[in-house]
Amino acid sequence: MPDVMLEDLLRELAPQVLGALVRRTGDFDAAEDALQEALLAAATQWPAEVVPGNPRAWLISVAHRRMIDAIRSEVSRRNRETANAIRDPQGLSPTASDPADTVVAALTEAGLSDLASPPGGVHSEAVGISSGHDDSTDEDDRDDTLTLFFLCCHPALTPASAIALTLRAVGGLTTEEIARAFLLPERTMAQRIARAKKRLAAEARPFAMPVAANGQRGEWHERLDNVLRVLYLIYTEGHTSGGERLHRGDLSGEAIRLARALFRALPDNPEVTGLLALLLLTDARRAARTGEHGELIPLAEQDRALWDREMIIEGVRLATASVRSGLIGPYQIQAAIAALHAQALRPENTDWPRILLLYNALERQAPNPMVTLNRAVALAMVHGPHAGLDLADTLSESLAGSHRLDAVRGHLHEMAGDTEEAVAAYTAAARATTSLPERDYLTIRAARLRRA
Amino acid sequence: MKYMLIKTCGPAAHCDTFIGDWTPEEIQANIDFQHALGEQLAKSGELVDAQGLADPGQARIVMSDGRSAPVVTDGPFPETKEFLAGYWIVDVDSAERAIEIAAQASASPGPGGRPIGEYIEVRAIMDAPAVDL
Repeated sequence: MPDVMLEDLLRELAPQVLGALVRRTGDFDAAEDALQEALLAAATQWPAEVVPGNPRAWLISVAHRRMIDAIRSEVSRRNRETANAIRDPQGLSPTASDPADTVVAALTEAGLSDLASPPGGVHSEAVGISSGHDDSTDEDDRDDTLTLFFLCCHPALTPASAIALTLRAVGGLTTEEIARAFLLPERTMAQRIARAKKRLAAEARPFAMPVAANGQRGEWHERLDNVLRVLYLIYTEGHTSGGERLHRGDLSGEAIRLARALFRALPDNPEVTGLLALLLLTDARRAARTGEHGELIPLAEQDRALWDREMIIEGVRLATASVRSGLIGPYQIQAAIAALHAQALRPENTDWPRILLLYNALERQAPNPMVTLNRAVALAMVHGPHAGLDLADTLSESLAGSHRLDAVRGHLHEMAGDTEEAVAAYTAAARATTSLPERDYLTIRAARLRRA
Repeated sequence: MKYMLIKTCGPAAHCDTFIGDWTPEEIQANIDFQHALGEQLAKSGELVDAQGLADPGQARIVMSDGRSAPVVTDGPFPETKEFLAGYWIVDVDSAERAIEIAAQASASPGPGGRPIGEYIEVRAIMDAPAVDL
């Protein structure tokens, strides 16, 4: 197998293997170490030999054996240290007849008794590398990427911690890479990840899959919403981190890669499909969003020839598939709106009436002032700027001090030809924003109107 | 979200004596407090950077019209209290958290171990725009 293909295969399998190990043992750090060793073993052995029939099962069993070995040597080390001090009739000696007992004992000792009997039991026998067959059970055939997603996006974690842990564990990025993406010192990021793991360790059964309430929006859905939100935040972070730089392609790309992994695990969930579609359709516009010097270019003024057609085709296909089952959730609806924008070859071809209907639906689903503000823009495009301004005015209290409200007011006043009001709104928005390119854009926009 | 928490050289709300006039123990207590705060922020994964600046007495003001030789003036200046003394840069989940950290920094110990109530300025650091999804 060529190195590039092997690398891709290992990258795709890594979170699934890590998920399985964490689910079995409950030890995040040890699982990560063992995974690295197993990946190394695969990278050195597979190109020379035949890739095993079930590479994931191979990696799981090799890594799991490493974990057992590590626990064993840790236990025997501790036994040597305490041998004279404690007479233990149970004897956690490394020569215990059943290695699984040793693992259970070690986990119990570590206060992880709940985790000591994972579903399916502890596999103490690794697959023989030369035997060419694997003893994968049904247990090994489930996709543990999902387990890992639910763990890393656990509701007990702050968004920043969940983002860092997801990039580290599911995305396989190094701490240094994550720190760089967020413009933080590596030490700070390392602490953030370590704290997140500690926080999870304090939970009773952190990696227990939430139970799907029969057809009801139970805990499972809430947990999935959390995962979707974290991926969405990683994507937007890819656009907003980096001070003056508008794009951080690698994080945006990473968010899309993670959304694909989630989509593979849950291909029939409309919201998962919707999120992937939304990210693809948004990312398709990336090259057109900024000018030569990083200046912002609003949607209506973008050179649409620069939009990525391939991404749009895939995004539209996914968005269409996700709405077949009805308009269920916010990501799906936003994807549908993005698809309508993407399908307009010229701004004047935009299907604003349908976009307005979708914003109405989105506001019913997930009411929040920002959605209403976007609806005000759609309303202006369908019924004229004053209709939009009237709706925007209802947000004066809920969005007080938000530069977005003033920026929209500026655009709508400009549309209506109220130059003075537009200048005042743009100037207020420029003062309120914490984004440098946005401040430049708003300042220039106001200056142009003043000169006109 | 990144914020800069700024200390200036001006007097604090509950202490108008210069730190150089405190007892060695009081000065040490304040230094230890600053160290502990930096350590705590590093541990919580929120610290980006923290620096103190040299005394304004060493400051130089530079002015140039781009053509003739620059004009360099020495400090200190009448408005010494306006001078930046030091800063923390933190990366936090919310504006509320930035204020919470600033409040902690403000209550550093002074004469008699009493919190001096420093005035800490909290400023948002400019970022790229949110994506127009």
